[in-house]
Amino acid sequence: METVIAENLLLSREAMAKRVAQELQAGWVVNLGIGMPVLTTKYVGADQGVIVHSENGIIGMGPPPREGEEDDDVRNAGNEPTTLALGAALVHQADSFSLARGGRLNCAVLGGFQVSTSGDLANWRLPKNPTGNIGGAMDIASGANEVFAMMSHLTKQGEPKLVEELTYPVTTLACVTKIFTDIAVITVTGEGFVLEEVASGVGVEQVKACTAAPLLVSDALQDIPM
Amino acid sequence: MEVGSKKALDIPSALGAVKDGDVIFFGGFGSNGNPSALIEGLSKTNLKNLTVVNNGGGSDDSGLGSLLESGAIAKIICSFPYERDSVIFRDLFQAGKIELELVPQGTLAERIRNAGAGLGGFLTKTGLGTEVAQGKQEIEVGGELYILEKPLRADVALLRADTVDTRGNLTYRGSARNFNPVMAMAARHTIVQASKEVALGETEPGVIVTPGIYVDQYVISGGGSI
Repeated sequence: METVIAENLLLSREAMAKRVAQELQAGWVVNLGIGMPVLTTKYVGADQGVIVHSENGIIGMGPPPREGEEDDDVRNAGNEPTTLALGAALVHQADSFSLARGGRLNCAVLGGFQVSTSGDLANWRLPKNPTGNIGGAMDIASGANEVFAMMSHLTKQGEPKLVEELTYPVTTLACVTKIFTDIAVITVTGEGFVLEEVASGVGVEQVKACTAAPLLVSDALQDIPM
Repeated sequence: MEVGSKKALDIPSALGAVKDGDVIFFGGFGSNGNPSALIEGLSKTNLKNLTVVNNGGGSDDSGLGSLLESGAIAKIICSFPYERDSVIFRDLFQAGKIELELVPQGTLAERIRNAGAGLGGFLTKTGLGTEVAQGKQEIEVGGELYILEKPLRADVALLRADTVDTRGNLTYRGSARNFNPVMAMAARHTIVQASKEVALGETEPGVIVTPGIYVDQYVISGGGSI
């Protein structure tokens, strides 16, 4: 099966962020990792009842500022300008990570290089590099109640990122519960990967061909709602 | 003179406390809450063989970037060595000219907090089953496995605050707080770059984040992002 999927069928980063935002439930405290996950702040509604945690000490992060309204002292985990949502609280780094390890994060959304069928996450070092960026990923992934991996389905070289066993260095073992890619939404279950949603126009067999592990298909399979 | 009274110093005088071979904390998260004027001052000295503790590996256009380039730093302890568009650290590391101790961000903050709190270490699940656990003691408590992490102290802390009073009491703005408060508590000698000096008693005591007993010297410098 050809693993190349027509470019126009792939979800954009923005579309993926919209889909992830829909998943965040009222009352949740959610950490959004740097890169694609933090884009999700654009689509979390002010009335959605979600409190966004940023590892650098923000509990209650808002969407990106409008141009010209940036505050140099208010930045997200990627050191980009952000805003404080109504009711935000600020803490120092040790308290910020106490919150993460202490079980107060209902969910963390993190980028990924690879996810295995048992939910192991790799996202900090490429095997060819001598070192990499851990940042807060290990603490947050090991502390959060649920971890959503948000990533392209394939690497730029066309290699599947969903695998039976990690071949990249581990960030945290058995942490990922759900995967949001540019072609699918997949849950990580005791039985392995289960395909829940597929991008409009992409076939189940194509998703299977792009996944280097067994992929079960949910009885309630649907298109990714847009 | 009031008890514990201090006065603003010029940057070279304040940095007179730093010696060859010192372990130095740099507060901040990227440019946010980073003592840029103090670090720039440090890059103008001829200090050698420094160990720097900083969240990142320094962007090329930062004071840390210049300090790395000058060869003053023998070792860096951080969570995120490859900052965006940064090649100085990468080149030095790949050429074997600098030692790196890579620490997950929450573990880094907690090791510093432990040192300031007089504790001998802590047990965390962060890093279990990863490269970070290599060579570290694993301890089981209540049927759960943890890694033993040890305190991290410094000879000198260079920190950034918003306001300082003549006792050294500090307040922070926005997310510029980050590592600064825990670093203030864990260094033998703490030097602060504050944006504004205020009179003793001007700041509501409940609003002070870092008590002045942790601050040895300060300079007043706005300059750049706090």
